[in-house]
Amino acid sequence: MSPSLPSRSRFPGTVVPADKVVYRPEDRTGADQARDLGEPGEYPFTRGPYKTMYRGKVWTMRMFSGFGTAADTNKRFLYLLEHGQTGLSTAFDMPTLMGYDSDHARSKGEVGREGVALCTLENMETLFRGIPMGEVSTSMTINPTAMILMAFYIATAERQGVPAEKLRGTIQNDILKEYIAQKEWIFPPLPSMRIITDMMAFCADHVPKWNTISVSGYHIREAGSTALQELAFTLMDGFTYVEFGVKAGIPVDKFAPRLSFFFNSHMNFFEEIAKFRAARRIWARRLKERYGAQNPESWRLRFHTQTAGCSLTAQQPENNIVRTAVEALAGVLGGTQSLHTNSMDEALALPTEEAVKIALRTQQILAHESGLTERVDPLAGAHFIESLTDRMEVECEKIFQEIERRGGMVAAIEQGYPQLEIAKAAYQFQKDVEERRYINIGVNDFVEKDEKPMPTLKIDPRVERDQIEDVRKFKEKRDGGAVRLSLETIRKAAKDGTNLMPPLLDGVKRGVTLGEVVDTLKVEFGEWREPPIYW
Amino acid sequence: MKQASQRKFRIIVAKPGLDGHDRGAKVVAAALRDAGFEVIYTGLHQTCDMIVNAALQEDADAVCVSILSGAHMTLFPEILELMKQKKMNDVLLCGGGIIPPDDAEELSKLGVGRLFGPGTDTRDIVKYLQEEIPRRRPR
Repeated sequence: MSPSLPSRSRFPGTVVPADKVVYRPEDRTGADQARDLGEPGEYPFTRGPYKTMYRGKVWTMRMFSGFGTAADTNKRFLYLLEHGQTGLSTAFDMPTLMGYDSDHARSKGEVGREGVALCTLENMETLFRGIPMGEVSTSMTINPTAMILMAFYIATAERQGVPAEKLRGTIQNDILKEYIAQKEWIFPPLPSMRIITDMMAFCADHVPKWNTISVSGYHIREAGSTALQELAFTLMDGFTYVEFGVKAGIPVDKFAPRLSFFFNSHMNFFEEIAKFRAARRIWARRLKERYGAQNPESWRLRFHTQTAGCSLTAQQPENNIVRTAVEALAGVLGGTQSLHTNSMDEALALPTEEAVKIALRTQQILAHESGLTERVDPLAGAHFIESLTDRMEVECEKIFQEIERRGGMVAAIEQGYPQLEIAKAAYQFQKDVEERRYINIGVNDFVEKDEKPMPTLKIDPRVERDQIEDVRKFKEKRDGGAVRLSLETIRKAAKDGTNLMPPLLDGVKRGVTLGEVVDTLKVEFGEWREPPIYW
Repeated sequence: MKQASQRKFRIIVAKPGLDGHDRGAKVVAAALRDAGFEVIYTGLHQTCDMIVNAALQEDADAVCVSILSGAHMTLFPEILELMKQKKMNDVLLCGGGIIPPDDAEELSKLGVGRLFGPGTDTRDIVKYLQEEIPRRRPR
């Protein structure tokens, strides 16, 4: 037996063995250098999706932002671009995410609070005022209403004179993890999957440089999952999209290259790195072996990383700068393509400009001062890292089998399986903190009394009033007849199964709003209700 | 058990509005259950009306509301107002989420109970409810 560890703190739910202190070559059972690692940029991509990695191109520094009106967020975008950010990432408010116009009764108190309010084409035009859409790459975190936002984006670009085929970016559009974790849904799973396959088909033909789904583990982790559950549920979601795409008649090599991933980077440093490396290998193997993909682009898993919001503490919030740096480092050593670093004040409120700047600077320091970008997959071959990567893959397979036994991911979601597993893990995490099996600085150890409050961002109540006023004016000046006709065309497409994207694109140009489209689709698709379960 | 002869405290754990962040609400629900409370979790996306009606029907001793979407200054006063209309003056309304101290103070002046933020030990919530409920609703 190895001696017991000096620190008693152990990360909740980790698969890293507790009692093994030193790793040796023999711990990498069955590891075959050529088969399991290969070269960077080559199958199975364990060592990275590209040959030269950050030597060729530093990761994209992409800070997620959005609050208030489109004009407010447009200002923040311009500020971030001016300070060296290289891609945009949009956060929308709850009504936009859930398919309500800002002037709807259920939007009350939520407009522009947690992201930018956006329900008309005019709002999107304001958001991108002065930003060349043909040059910048944009990420939009939007799910059940993704198709409508995509239509707004394409139509806005057209008005800027930028054709759809030139647009670069990512739309999250990952509805499965909504049922599993983030809980922003509108329609039941099957019609939601149909919307997604419509988008995959449309974008493959018309917006070829766009990532049509960002298969996301981020929210699964934030909801309380372990690293392993994040990895397994996310990859299984990805496989499910592949299966539905193939079933819809789109050849796998036509849409799989446009699937990208989005992972969380939490505090358990080595487990996170192993998770990223395992993700690439598992994806590559399944796509090639099970789904018969032949294009290496289909095998190549690319991902965005965000540091763990749930690791930030409201206590001694300055410490969050350090947590974020450690997590960002794991993302980079795991080979991320883009990165969002959280701001220190995000356990308290949406971040201030000052806090966001420090978070962005953290990435810049990693990229330019540390030498990190000079070597590709520098941890490859470390006994511990390789052993842990193998272990993540083996453990993942067990969860895949359980989901398959339940009839696949959609069935598992309907049974509440991933939801309950995550709730259990979240409760365990909390108990580990409360019973001090895991030390969380400032929370259950090194606690300070009488902390000074940190100044936070305040959202002006005028935001809601202004936005509602804008939406009402917009609705008044439209051609009501054309709007009704468009909605009817959209409803018919929903009913008869033709691709929804073309009538939607036409509709938003005629002034159809987000909420109107959603109300129309609800008539055909119905609404999802989750049974209220907790562990 | 001390309360063996009495019914357990009944708690509504609720998620109002459009907010989907249910990690905290579920963890608190589980912790309260394990501490011997009777817990009714409403599930997500409830209107204020639905929550207050549930509290009334269940004869709840306390309504614990979780809000992380920033809509707390709209939703808490609305729930409180509905509770007043239904004469639920002895029922405690408290909660948690991402709620800045200034806002928590303003809500407290309106009559909302304690609001617990990130990093809270669930045993503090248990203790608070065990003290506060009998104070408002003597048994």
